[in-house]
Amino acid sequence: MSIANAAHSIVEPTAGTRRFAGSLVMLYAVVTMIPLIWIVLTSFKSPDDAISYPPKLVFQPSLEGYCNLVTTRSRQTPEFIQTLGPPQGLCDGIARERNMVVAGPSNYVPRFINSLIIAFGSTVLAVALGTLSAYGFSRFRVPLKEDLLFFILSTRMMPPIAVAIPIYLMYRVIGLSDTRLGMILLYTSVNVSLAVWLLKGFIDEIPREYEEAAMIDGYTRFQAFVRVVLPQATTGIAATAIFCLIFAWNEYAFAVLLTSGNAQTAPPFIPIIIGEGGQDWPAVAAGTTLFLVPIVVFTVLLRKHLLRGITFGAVRK
Amino acid sequence: MNDLSASSQIAYRAALVQPARVHRIRGLSDKALAWLFITPTIVLLLAINIFPLIWTIYLSFTNYRANRPNVPMRWLGIDWYQTILTDPDIWAAMQVTAHFVIWTVLIETVLGFGLAFLIDKKFRGHGVWTTIILLPMMLSPAVVGNFWTFLYQPQIGLFNYVLAFFTGSGASSFQMLGDVTLSPWAIVIVDVWMWTPYVMLICIAGLRSIPDFIYEAAEVDRASKWRQFWSITLPMALPFIMLAVLFRGIENFKMFDMVNLLTGGGPGSTTEVASITLKRAAFESWRTGYSSAFAIILFVTVFGLANIYVKALNRVKSR
Repeated sequence: MSIANAAHSIVEPTAGTRRFAGSLVMLYAVVTMIPLIWIVLTSFKSPDDAISYPPKLVFQPSLEGYCNLVTTRSRQTPEFIQTLGPPQGLCDGIARERNMVVAGPSNYVPRFINSLIIAFGSTVLAVALGTLSAYGFSRFRVPLKEDLLFFILSTRMMPPIAVAIPIYLMYRVIGLSDTRLGMILLYTSVNVSLAVWLLKGFIDEIPREYEEAAMIDGYTRFQAFVRVVLPQATTGIAATAIFCLIFAWNEYAFAVLLTSGNAQTAPPFIPIIIGEGGQDWPAVAAGTTLFLVPIVVFTVLLRKHLLRGITFGAVRK
Repeated sequence: MNDLSASSQIAYRAALVQPARVHRIRGLSDKALAWLFITPTIVLLLAINIFPLIWTIYLSFTNYRANRPNVPMRWLGIDWYQTILTDPDIWAAMQVTAHFVIWTVLIETVLGFGLAFLIDKKFRGHGVWTTIILLPMMLSPAVVGNFWTFLYQPQIGLFNYVLAFFTGSGASSFQMLGDVTLSPWAIVIVDVWMWTPYVMLICIAGLRSIPDFIYEAAEVDRASKWRQFWSITLPMALPFIMLAVLFRGIENFKMFDMVNLLTGGGPGSTTEVASITLKRAAFESWRTGYSSAFAIILFVTVFGLANIYVKALNRVKSR
């Protein structure tokens, strides 16, 4: 891009145009960020501040939302609480101010761990399968190549609910319902199509001459793939892995229909966090914030490859 | 990757023409390796996508109910398909879906292209602002739907407060999610908030694919900026815009998670998009045969759209 700029002055936008365009974009960015900022703010509010009217912008920050997210509490009489020793930890202290004691960890923690295991498990599998297939499609003459590639892509286009009906029945028969393994396999099958398409693009960009030179030096084709192509494709593999990770992390439809207690991930769980007397908004906001932080980090890391990822590798900038 | 200059590439290639053939013989043959590499993926997709799909097709011709597996199965032929295609409730759901798809895609395209056009002016810091704008589309639609229900709360929600502040009406005088006229727009607003960046990102790529010399030629010919926009910018970015439109169309046609959490299809069935109807039939009333038939109908529709999508992808790729 920078090479193109220098020579072409007559079509360059004027400084005024630039400033005007910039301010409009910034305005949009600020407005679009408000909901996200609001959720993060809400996660640090006390339950009363979270539901006050008019909405409070300035408030006493509190970790009650986060505490309520990760613990369960039981209501006790003040007399009983006085018989207890000093509060055990920060959350117990907060709970005692409301005449409660921490009874144990909440279900959010295992849900979050499920999310991690399922997301990472399916990503590793999808990227491994995807890298092999992508190399196969990129380097070899495969019969019906275009049809196979279209078939692989089309599996991702299926409406999730339509897929969930037979998967539900199938998993019930083979004993995979509500298991992490079942979810890992399912997410792998959805992600592998993205992985094949993206990685094929990345591997296409690695000159064949590299492997061929290695093979002249005595490597077999497989050794050339492992020692020459894989190191060259590291960036592409990393970007693809992050895309797979984000999908599995964010997925809701399969998770809500096919899991209940055992293998449930965080997205179906966050909306049903209930406190005393209705939805516990600071806890919901805290769960949301914790859940979104990794995605924000990944988005920043991925920004150069985003376009590729969302178009299945077709648009490369 | 760039360390191999063009000239040395040519040298490499020239050196390789001869021996390449000889070396294929050692180790596994290329053909065997190709199949070894591709088969696992195909097997997985056959097991988790195609086999269930065939099962769904089979079930769609029967009276099977997943909650009563012991009832003897009866072959019904195409009864369910006839029932579905003549059911006014299904057509109502299709209308809701159409409203959702058409409005979201339209607004997202206009906004997304507008933003891309502005970002293409390359003001200072445009990279950072682009990344910020892109954030919503990376988030979990379910979690987004859930926190927008908080913003939409009539008494305490920020959205209602801001709207009331600017219109002067009471913040609890309207319910975005509980009102039959407002709720279809409530889901459109959230989808636009979330997916406009997607269209924008693809449009930026479209605008950057237009070479500068075309604008220079237009400038030399004294074409007005307005004329340049309509005769160069828009037509040349069009394949990219179409790609974004198609993809958003497909995705929103099967939209489930965000709407399920915002309204669950309510109030009544005013926001009951096709996927929610399907979920209710399949996982609430357990009419497995019926819902299988509906799933197949939806799948065929999406598959048709996907076919067009891949053609569009290839056209963009060949640019």
